[in-house]
Amino acid sequence: MLQRRRTIVGAFLLLFIGLFGLAGTAPAMAEGSAIVGVITDPSGNPVPDVLIGVAAEGFTETGTTGPDGAFRIEIPKGGSYEVSIDVTTLPEGISLAKAEDESRTLLVLGGEKKIIIKLVDGEGTESAGPIDPETGEASVSATGGTGQQVIQLFFDGILFGILIALGALGLNLIFGTTGLTNFSHGELLTLGAFTAIVLNELGVHIIIAAPIAVIFSALIYGGGQNKLLWKPLRRRRTGLIASMIVTIGLAITLRYTLLLFFGGSPRSYQQYAGMTGISIGPFSTTPKALILAAIAVVVLAVTVFWLQNSRIGKATRAVSDNPALASTTGINVERVISVVWILGAGLAAFAGIYLGLTQDVTWNMGQRLLLVMFAAITLGGLGTIWGAIVGSLVVGVFIQMTTLFIPTEMKTVGALFLMIVILMVRPQGLLGRRERVG
Amino acid sequence: MAVDTKSALGPRGQASQAALAHVPNIPGSAKPDPILDVHSVKRSFGGLTAVDVEQVQVQRGAITALIGPNGAGKTTFFNLLTGFDAPDTGEWTFNGQQVAGTAPYKLARRGMVRTFQLTKALSRLTVMDNMLLGAKGQTGEHIYAAFFPFLWSKQERANRERAMELLSRFNLAEKSADFAGSLSGGQRKLLEMARALMSDPELIMLDEPMAGVNPALTQSLLHHIKDIREEGTTVLFVEHDMDMVHDIGDWVIVMAMGQIIAEGPPGAVMKDQNVIDAYLGTHHDKELTESGKSLTVDSDPEGTHS
Amino acid sequence: MDIGFVLAQSITQALGVTAIIYCLAAIGLNIQFGYTGLLNFGQVAFVTVGAYSIGVVVVTMGLSLWLAIPIALLASVILALILGIPTLRLRADYLAIVTIAASELLRLVVRSIALRDIFGGVNGINGKIGEQFHALNPLPAEFVTPYLTFSRQDAWVVLVGWVIIAIISFGVWLLVRSPWGRVVRGIREDEYAVVSLGKNVFVYKMQALILGGMVGAMGGIIWAIAKQSVQPDTFVPDVTFFTYTILLLGGAARIFGPIVGAILFWFLLAGVGEFLSQAIQAGWIDFLKPTDVGPIRFILVGIGLMSLMIFRPQGIFGDKRELALDGR
Repeated sequence: MLQRRRTIVGAFLLLFIGLFGLAGTAPAMAEGSAIVGVITDPSGNPVPDVLIGVAAEGFTETGTTGPDGAFRIEIPKGGSYEVSIDVTTLPEGISLAKAEDESRTLLVLGGEKKIIIKLVDGEGTESAGPIDPETGEASVSATGGTGQQVIQLFFDGILFGILIALGALGLNLIFGTTGLTNFSHGELLTLGAFTAIVLNELGVHIIIAAPIAVIFSALIYGGGQNKLLWKPLRRRRTGLIASMIVTIGLAITLRYTLLLFFGGSPRSYQQYAGMTGISIGPFSTTPKALILAAIAVVVLAVTVFWLQNSRIGKATRAVSDNPALASTTGINVERVISVVWILGAGLAAFAGIYLGLTQDVTWNMGQRLLLVMFAAITLGGLGTIWGAIVGSLVVGVFIQMTTLFIPTEMKTVGALFLMIVILMVRPQGLLGRRERVG
Repeated sequence: MAVDTKSALGPRGQASQAALAHVPNIPGSAKPDPILDVHSVKRSFGGLTAVDVEQVQVQRGAITALIGPNGAGKTTFFNLLTGFDAPDTGEWTFNGQQVAGTAPYKLARRGMVRTFQLTKALSRLTVMDNMLLGAKGQTGEHIYAAFFPFLWSKQERANRERAMELLSRFNLAEKSADFAGSLSGGQRKLLEMARALMSDPELIMLDEPMAGVNPALTQSLLHHIKDIREEGTTVLFVEHDMDMVHDIGDWVIVMAMGQIIAEGPPGAVMKDQNVIDAYLGTHHDKELTESGKSLTVDSDPEGTHS
Repeated sequence: MDIGFVLAQSITQALGVTAIIYCLAAIGLNIQFGYTGLLNFGQVAFVTVGAYSIGVVVVTMGLSLWLAIPIALLASVILALILGIPTLRLRADYLAIVTIAASELLRLVVRSIALRDIFGGVNGINGKIGEQFHALNPLPAEFVTPYLTFSRQDAWVVLVGWVIIAIISFGVWLLVRSPWGRVVRGIREDEYAVVSLGKNVFVYKMQALILGGMVGAMGGIIWAIAKQSVQPDTFVPDVTFFTYTILLLGGAARIFGPIVGAILFWFLLAGVGEFLSQAIQAGWIDFLKPTDVGPIRFILVGIGLMSLMIFRPQGIFGDKRELALDGR
């Protein structure tokens, strides 16, 4: 028994080392709004020292591409920006694929706006749109009226909320059934995304790689984690606060293991990387963002339906209500917990791949979403199914909508602030219940 | 578990029983000298009404037992009275003062001190430290004074002496330097009671003081409860086992389904048909209604039902 | 490989400015978490407030450092109040989530472009932040630390730092053995029991949060003075988690816990890092690159934190007896 416990940590490490063997390096990511991109020549080599300028009313900033061809220009807030490329700094014999790219107007909604700049030997006419990292939405429209902007932000918020819900539901189910506040839940997203990218880079199409990664994550990172780490700890009667600190240690370990093996530079899945935006009524988006959101909605609906109607789902809710009571009424609590871990990790892996497809895959992508997920479940109500989903949608919409009033770089600030305010007014969350003492 | 302790009835016990002799045995009946007077207290969880008490009074200086089957709402009622939970509606007075909505710590300072069904011995504090926490008005508990031991060391010594006396009375003197977590279940109950007494309460409210205590220790617990009354402290205690209250209760209040269904001296109450029905009728679904009760040994992962 | 150099580097780190900063953060956390049981996952916020207050007052506003220090401490009190009022009445996990959120919120605010004129954006605040302190350096100009590798400036900070730690630790010792300390330790065990004994638990928790926050801010103050630079992206949640590791390593709810923990932690971390770097340079380890040392150190911290919490929650030198009683 003791021997087995001691191998817990080692087992996880070995799992990575056995599974993955790729590496790379890049500087750590930073947050805030920025216009980012990578400039490569037609044969794929990075193009350094290209001068790029970003301008808006009362704001100008320039940047140059680094040795890896990447550039990053921080901007104060969302809005309309003019991005220009100094073509004289391009290497000789290479020019922009689209002449209009020399100067284009961008509507930045928030976060990192990735722009794709294609170069050709000679002249070209291919079209490319900037990709919004939160939603995978490519803003082809230049500037819109405020009314349209509100609708667009609301739409983006719903899409973002659906993504958060995938992660938050598992987080909240695990909290509900075990009482564990899992600070390593973000890493479940990251691990899912990385598992998919490993398969993808081995040549498996993402449509096939994604479900494999989800199932693998569910069983290994979810079920396996529960079996190797949490079950023994529950048996040892490790307290909740101690367990919470263990999740932090686990999060740090996993995150930096990924950094060690995969490096810090963002990766993209080989399919559906750049996608032309489309307009549906007042919204503009990309087909993949819509399809992913649709799949996510189906997955969430099936999960909720299952939790509310199946035997094990009902047992899950009984355990959430009162684990001790549930165990006396013949429910196998350990089995329920195991199912919840598997389900939670599967949902998280899907969220990670979703995020990876619409933005990119980085070692700390899950961590960056963790607090937003916490805000969502705190808002909705700790431990409840609908709380996680409603909270996620509220947080998603809130985050996007606040960019109308505050700089996009601070939009997470808005969500976290909202969470604190809600806690003051209604500590049990929107859908939570008050508790009994004594 | 019926024990003959009538012979040990002290003067205050006799006085209380005499004072209550002419009180009608009906729910909500008025007492000659109520220390606690409760009106229309209601509390529901979700759609379930846990407590719905029209009127009840507790006689000063007496031992009043609050009994009822599991899930009757006794603990919830206790939580409401002591401010640990807020009712939907209702008001009540303690010593004639309105105390609905008062913070629980303020109620304790006013002399209404409670214990808990699942003992809350502070495990990683010594038995002595547990006791000292009970003392009121400590200068050294103010953060600025805490830095200057000479301001409070004298008071501390006096409290220590008092704590030692109480511990000897509860047969815990030898354990004073041990961690409270090392005590047995029964000893923890005793410690919790002794700790509550450190504050010289006017009304001590014991939530199932006999639960999980072995029979030998139950005897001594009952004696202690009587002693408390003989010193002039009013006792209100929750118990679900009817037999247990027979010998020490001066007055018994019966709760079922959140309501007071009967009141009276122990002998009369036990013959009451309503009471018998309540015990038999709700027996079967007891585990579904009052969580934590039959589960005292199990873990409570959320820490919310303790 | 020069083992002597590795050792000297490790000891320098173990006693150095960073260890002092983390030690102070851990002493603050010890008051909050170790004694009172407050699950503050945002201790870095207090360090941030301490450091940025100094930076803003001295550089942005151009005022005296001696004025900046009380302002920094006051700011940490205000932060504690803002954090505590909504959350201290709630369950422990809410406090954890809110404090970690608040620490990130604070970092996002100070690094924002909108407030660049005050906080310096992503570049932070740089300049002669600690000049007035360093001007008091009594060490001779040609001072060289024997054996260790402190600069003259660092040696002065280190001396003052450890004296401050000694004074604060003495204060904490007085506090926790007083009736006040008894109340907060009671709250750690079971706050409802303490409420039932007539103590205003909220006030005690708030006092502990404020006090721990001020000590954490003291770490930030020393940070700003010693490094003469305050940068937003150094104040990440990992700082809090390092602090937890330190506290748990040395033993929570122990006066010397944070001190032992900080020294040991930085000794080990620097030692491993230095050893690996040298081994890679010497070609002993060819499957790693010098840049891998950073992540490896973090991985070790993560594993260390998990193992400590699982196997020795009472700390390396802790009392087994208390562990046996740990119901949490």
